[in-house]
Amino acid sequence: MMEPFKTFRGVIALLDRANVDTDQIIPKQFLKSIARTGFGENLFHDWRYLSDGKPDPAFSLNQARYRNASILVTRNNFGCGSSREHAVWAVQQYGFRALLAPWKQSENGKIPAFADIFKNNCEKNAVLTIELSEPEIDEIFQMVERFEGLEMTVNLDEERVTLHTDEEISFHFQMDPAVKNRLVHGLDDIGITLQYAEDIRVFEKNHNIYLNR
Amino acid sequence: MGRTLFEKIWDRHVVSTLPDKTALIYIDRHLIHEVTSPQAFEGLRLAGRKVRRPDLTFATMDHNVPTVDRFNIKDPISKAQIEALTLNCREFGITLYDLTSDHQGIVHIIGPELGITLPGLTMVCGDSHTSTHGAFGTFALGIGTSEVEHVLATQCLPQKKPKTFKVEFTGLPKYPVTAKDLVLKFIGKVGTAGGTGYVLEYCGEAIRSLSMEGRMTICNMSIEAGARAGLIAPDRTTFNYVAANDKPFAPKGKALDEAIQEWEELTSDSDAVYDRTISIAADAIAPQITWGTSPGMVTDVTGCVPEPDRVPGHSPKDVEHALAYMGLKPGIPMTEIKVDTVFIGSCTNARIEDLRAAAKYFKGRKVAAGVKALIVPGSQQVAKQAEAEGLDEIFKSSGAEWRESGCSMCLGMNPDQLKPGERSASTSNRNFEGRQGKGGRTHLVSPEMAAAAALEGHFVDIRTWGK
Repeated sequence: MMEPFKTFRGVIALLDRANVDTDQIIPKQFLKSIARTGFGENLFHDWRYLSDGKPDPAFSLNQARYRNASILVTRNNFGCGSSREHAVWAVQQYGFRALLAPWKQSENGKIPAFADIFKNNCEKNAVLTIELSEPEIDEIFQMVERFEGLEMTVNLDEERVTLHTDEEISFHFQMDPAVKNRLVHGLDDIGITLQYAEDIRVFEKNHNIYLNR
Repeated sequence: MGRTLFEKIWDRHVVSTLPDKTALIYIDRHLIHEVTSPQAFEGLRLAGRKVRRPDLTFATMDHNVPTVDRFNIKDPISKAQIEALTLNCREFGITLYDLTSDHQGIVHIIGPELGITLPGLTMVCGDSHTSTHGAFGTFALGIGTSEVEHVLATQCLPQKKPKTFKVEFTGLPKYPVTAKDLVLKFIGKVGTAGGTGYVLEYCGEAIRSLSMEGRMTICNMSIEAGARAGLIAPDRTTFNYVAANDKPFAPKGKALDEAIQEWEELTSDSDAVYDRTISIAADAIAPQITWGTSPGMVTDVTGCVPEPDRVPGHSPKDVEHALAYMGLKPGIPMTEIKVDTVFIGSCTNARIEDLRAAAKYFKGRKVAAGVKALIVPGSQQVAKQAEAEGLDEIFKSSGAEWRESGCSMCLGMNPDQLKPGERSASTSNRNFEGRQGKGGRTHLVSPEMAAAAALEGHFVDIRTWGK
């Protein structure tokens, strides 16, 4: 059972990189755990720490201004690569509850802001993936750079994020209604599917799956 | 209106449509490995749930496996993960191909070998390269651990129907241009997010001409274009592959004949409509090499390391960052780049055909001084076959290391890793920062290109090499 997702306000951190892959989010040496916890301290490990284990001051999340951030604003195609859900656990256990990135317009239509499997994994863990346009994300980048400690309110019910600058700036986002429904009510995915046990049983009876027949 | 191959498979697997319009899709085969399953089993235990269809669930251990002495796992955490899989499979009644099994290997290599992978099915695995199985006309997708738990408990997945993307390769690739070059070219064209939200269907004369091994290489890298799944319509090549070698889980005799009749219908209708289409001339493709830290950062072997402001789809800043990591300057011809390590292996390129192709290059030649060449067969079956053909001897006598099967240096969860600053020619699928070892620099290539780089110590245009 997931906790229902509630509106929250938090500090914004920036990560100005496109195509951040899950190997960067949580490197392979931390995938050996059989537990679901303990990943937060190794989020972005190889970028975050120098070879002597000290935090790399050049890496954005190590800046004092982003301490206690709970919202990460980044660039297109975040979370690409490996399907490791450990990446989402790391993001979440570090303290992030919402990720924002821009979709990109191409001649063939919209390129989504987040990689598919990563986004899916976020939904299972109640980490919000919020897609805005490139100009909107650019504006948030500029504001956060200008105002240290800038906070944002994330309201899933109203599909709106609000920057708490002197004059508040709000952006509307869209969330798949099915995903939103599950997050807002904290529904258990497996529990929902198990309500269809009879349908599954009937389906299995009529479904040819070969397996050496 | 006609339906695409994907839509035909999808329609056959919808158990129910939920009130929120999500489809509940039945999963015919579930593959699991040691890295992404322990938390799923723990979830089942906590909720008091069982595995609904252990008979449709198959497990192996591949990511952590040492390739020198597989029973001597020195890393206690790797060992614990492997032991956890053994215990979980025992507790929940799941077939496991463990380190003692003749059928152990990379999960995406053993599925097809054992006849677990068959046309028209749906398959999942907690691994993004599950797209490999699409080569059989199977809707196969990578999932996260929560979804692994979901499939274990229900044999179903709630899914939003993806869009379809037709990827046509016209003409025939000119050998030694391979399947790997075709798919790298495609990723270079559409970018690593170009396929996000789509199921790819590869088609055209070039695809029809490929063996199953080549088709698996292509579908394998669908995820590198952002697509969770890639598909190729099954044909005579597919049916012959399924029928060969007495695969334990494949239908046989009359059952096979009947299955083939069904499978022959697994093609896209001529009037089917795709959400997106691209056509690429396969006969114009050169051998490909990646120069950056994303599979879309790729060029022809005749190309040079690019200027940061001349890379479509990437910001100059991201390119500069990638080049700094790779230790490369713009303008350097790709063929002048020297390598320290050559890795021939992974779920992309470690099937028997890949090893045969590489062996042709190694035969009678020596690995260049200072280069370490690692040949890691994809499975114990591939290793056995290669040894029967004497390929291992060819590799060893040229100075390459012949290893036991596993994921190995594709991601270096086992001891096979690059050291900081080391540069590899690799037949794997990802050139991400640190992927093959922290600070390691990866260039993705075909087995033929990797073999030639091992022998020369730098990349060469294999079309003219030695002529």
